[in-house]
Amino acid sequence: MMNYIWAGMMLISVIFAIVNGRGREVTDALFSGSQSAVSLCITLLASMCLWGGLMKIADRAGLTRALAKIFRPLLRLLFPGLNPDGPAARAVCMNVAANMLGLGNAATPLGLEAMREFKKLSPPGDTAANHMITFVVLNTASLQILPTTVAALRQNAGSANPMEIMPAVLLSSLGALTVGMILARTLNKLTVNS
Amino acid sequence: MIVISAFASYAVPLAVGLIILCGLFRHVEVFGAFLDGAGDGMKAMFGLVPPLIGLITAVEMLKASGALETFTGFVTPAANFLRIPSGTLPLVLIRPVSGGGAVAVLNKILGDYGPDTLTGRAAAVMCGSSETTFYTVTVYYGSIKIKRLRHTVPAALAADFTAMILSSLTVRVFFPGAA
Repeated sequence: MMNYIWAGMMLISVIFAIVNGRGREVTDALFSGSQSAVSLCITLLASMCLWGGLMKIADRAGLTRALAKIFRPLLRLLFPGLNPDGPAARAVCMNVAANMLGLGNAATPLGLEAMREFKKLSPPGDTAANHMITFVVLNTASLQILPTTVAALRQNAGSANPMEIMPAVLLSSLGALTVGMILARTLNKLTVNS
Repeated sequence: MIVISAFASYAVPLAVGLIILCGLFRHVEVFGAFLDGAGDGMKAMFGLVPPLIGLITAVEMLKASGALETFTGFVTPAANFLRIPSGTLPLVLIRPVSGGGAVAVLNKILGDYGPDTLTGRAAAVMCGSSETTFYTVTVYYGSIKIKRLRHTVPAALAADFTAMILSSLTVRVFFPGAA
């Protein structure tokens, strides 16, 4: 998919450059764009290292486990019938907790483990089971508490207060998550899991 | 509102203090853990360098060629109808598809409109309150060879759409008066 999107972006730029007579501007953008990408990477490198380090301390201090425990009561609501002490439930809770802390590197393996456990619990075949759908929709919503990458980009652009968007981000994520969960659960009930 | 924004400016120092205190309390070697995590962050970032160079260059070219302007003008009626700033629309399109692309587009929007404007803030909130939906769906289902996804994608995209509408709404509420 990214294949076509990237190729499309590049080709559309070239076509528009010819039509609008902006050959020089696009040539400049080609060189300056790649350079500004490198300086942006350095900005993001600082943020990724700093928060990666701090969140690793949180993880080793047991914060991921503590968050996973807080999420446990919600399991019955989102995954009815799932054994709350089973390996699938454990992987789901840890995945959600890692996502909340922004530990992407840790969240993905836990998410894949949860998917494998769900597969063991469902009939063989290539159709998504209800729990899988709820879980994937949960993971396509943002659960991160501190929007560190976005704040780093805002800081880089000269914002007076890069983190001031945090309450808006939390509210917006929560709304999106609620809609996603209600839809997934409702459609789970309405459609036959064949 | 004042209380909430005051809380937001203390959220980061408080979170950092809390993390370090928790670490010391649980006898974690905090500096060693920090170095391990920072190293992981560095490795992840190195992986992001090549896609970001490709995508940011593409976005800068789209802007310089006038294609981005034409596109934004074209979709402005739809944006006005949804009450979202038209400048954020390129982000709406790329957000579910590519994380690196979203970073590239958000960076461009923040540079063009300014980070503390309605468009800049709405774009930032949009980026922070959604995920790379198609990537997640592909990786998660791909790992266990599930091909029939039933209503996964519609439900996930409905959540993304909600994040998009809510981001400009919450920014208008939290930062009234900002253009």
